[in-house]
Amino acid sequence: MPRSAWLCRKGNWPVSSRFVVLVVPFVIIAIFWLLARREAKLRHDPTHKGYFERNGMTLGILFIVLVALWALFLVVLPYLYMVVESFHPQLPPSKRGGPEDVLTLEQYKSFFVQPVGGGLNVTHIGALVFSILASIAVTALNFAICYPLAYYMAQSSGAQKVRLLMLALIVPYWVNEILRAFALRLLLASRGLINQALMGLGITDAPIDFLGIDVGLYVGLSYAYLLIMIFPLYNAIESLDKNQIEAARDLGAPWWRIHRDVVIPYAKPGIASGCTMVFMLSAGSLAAPQFLGGPRTLWFTSVIYNFFFQNFNWARGSAYAFILLAACIALVMLMLRLFKVSLGETIK
Amino acid sequence: MSAGVELDHVTVRFGDFTAVNSATLDIKGGEFFSFLGPSGCGKTTILRTVSGFLEPSEGKVRIGGQDMAGIGPNKRPTALIFQNLALFPLMTVTENITYGLRVRGVDKAARTKKAEELLELIALPGQGNKQMSELSGGQKQRVAIARALAVQPQVLLLDEPLSALDLKLRQHMRNELRTIQRMVGITFIYITHDQGEALTMSDRIAVMSDGVIQQIADGKTIYDEPATAFVASFVGENNPFAGTVVRADKSFALVETRFGRLHGRNPRGMKEGDKAILFVRPESLRLGAGASDTTLSSTVKSVAFEGNMTHVYLEGAGKKDITVSVGRQSTTSIPERGQMAAISYDAALGLALPEGQLARE
Ligand SMILES: Nc1ncnc2c1ncn2[C@@H]1O[C@H](COP(=O)(O)OP(=O)(O)OP(=O)(O)O)[C@@H](O)[C@H]1O
Ligand SMILES: [Mg+2]
Repeated sequence: MPRSAWLCRKGNWPVSSRFVVLVVPFVIIAIFWLLARREAKLRHDPTHKGYFERNGMTLGILFIVLVALWALFLVVLPYLYMVVESFHPQLPPSKRGGPEDVLTLEQYKSFFVQPVGGGLNVTHIGALVFSILASIAVTALNFAICYPLAYYMAQSSGAQKVRLLMLALIVPYWVNEILRAFALRLLLASRGLINQALMGLGITDAPIDFLGIDVGLYVGLSYAYLLIMIFPLYNAIESLDKNQIEAARDLGAPWWRIHRDVVIPYAKPGIASGCTMVFMLSAGSLAAPQFLGGPRTLWFTSVIYNFFFQNFNWARGSAYAFILLAACIALVMLMLRLFKVSLGETIK
Repeated sequence: MSAGVELDHVTVRFGDFTAVNSATLDIKGGEFFSFLGPSGCGKTTILRTVSGFLEPSEGKVRIGGQDMAGIGPNKRPTALIFQNLALFPLMTVTENITYGLRVRGVDKAARTKKAEELLELIALPGQGNKQMSELSGGQKQRVAIARALAVQPQVLLLDEPLSALDLKLRQHMRNELRTIQRMVGITFIYITHDQGEALTMSDRIAVMSDGVIQQIADGKTIYDEPATAFVASFVGENNPFAGTVVRADKSFALVETRFGRLHGRNPRGMKEGDKAILFVRPESLRLGAGASDTTLSSTVKSVAFEGNMTHVYLEGAGKKDITVSVGRQSTTSIPERGQMAAISYDAALGLALPEGQLARE
């Protein structure tokens, strides 16, 4: 019974896996309980009331149970399921739980080495590398657009203007993502507005294949996550004392040095937080790359999507999803390390 | 090296609002010059105009005789110390002090040497590697001074740099600032709304009100010979008696007030019929009657004993009470509350000035 100790494989619910599902909630409740009990002690303030003293026993227990269930069903179980799935072979339902259903690294291996033929899996590795590099480019482009804008909003304009600008930034997001992607496609298509304008002005003779060379992809992705970059930047720069900028200027610094030496170091946590989110979201995005990517462009999430919904190979899909997650986290950690930002600072 | 600063009919407007109105003055090289005035009178605006963060709407700013129009703050031979210091919190003490040198491309060895020199000057030797958060208020103050001095400005501009400190430290830093100014010998332009600071430190003071310079003179002159009613009421305590000049000659004027005809000096040459305010300082008033044209009487409202002084407050003409400050050596008995009391002064200590706006209490 190699796998029945594990939980919830589709169509197959052995007794012991049900047992696990029953036990996990209690484990989680117990953990929260202990946290709640310790909470008062962790504060170095003797007058501080503990969790149960503040909420009463009944309400306290109710909160703990609710939070535990939320954590269980929305956080723990889904991921646990995917993790388990990714370490198993793909099998038809009838063979699940049978002798072939063993723990295996085959799905992870299939990312590097093709299951059939045994050559290096260039397509998928290429897709991952491209997705990550493109996401880095999108993040950089996004930062280049948002930093001046955020700086302007935070430092040089009045409250009225800021509100207007914010509105102008937010309102376009009421249009849904797919519609926005298609609108962009129409603009950039070979017979689209931009090409017609370029040709009409005589700048080019033949239409430029913007979508083929992934201009649409970069523009679409950058635009999709503009707000996610701009808010942390704005927040960080907004709290910078204007006098610091003037002090640097008074001491003789040219404008670019003021940004390099004063504004950017100060806003670093905000920059890190914005860049991390934009990078993670674009590496994990699905709609924009599918609608705006060129015909030869293969985004890694599309690969994952296809495993889940076209090949019904959930096992390999999950493994790929974790490879993407691991690669992104590793890169973000490396970057944070390189720029000397602690993870805690980015979520302030 | 120090340079003089000249303002030539400088006017600064924000929209319709005139923050500085036709300021003309000539600050000499190496002078400790203060601007004194109530909050919102345009002091910071003048300083920002000198440092180049604001361009005057009209008039000219000259530093060392050179017109500064169109020259940005990073190109002027001035350094500004901000009201809140504006030190760079992510840099160490040394990095803060040498920032101006770094942007000028001075090499590291020279920077370190300069930093050590300046740390010596501000009495913080060997503390260059500290973070800004590790310093006390007074130490931060001194680092701000060193950071400004590092770029060897010809004029140092200080915007109420002591206002954030507590009283003790403020008094200590006054002396220190004056000492540093004598040592480096450059022009200091100092802004304050604290008259004690202005009077103790400055060579000359410009008193401002609502964007207008009221008087430029040394501290003693400002106190003893205020040029306008505003200066008389803003600098030090003063008792104003409003009225009309009934008789005047070159040196004296007799002013008809609610408390009778009162005598005072007439430095502004007012004529009979002019609206005037006669000022007598609380320490110039004494209890008891004197000559008829320097004596008045009113009801005692309250008496406050303050150790070396006793203040007697009498019913004034308007909302403001008449204050009499009686020193310890005075032998006159202090009147009771509610009594009528006669008070008088020496004719030379009354000062009649043309009617004008008084400082808000
Ligand atoms: N950028 C600006 N736009 C509009 N009005 C301004 C601006 N800067 C200053 N003012 C106005 O100009 C006047 C003088 O301001 P300023 O800052 O020079 O006063 P201050 O004498 O330094 O006062 P404080 O002692 O409070 O610092 C004030 O009434 C202020 O409201
Ligand atoms: Mg000010």
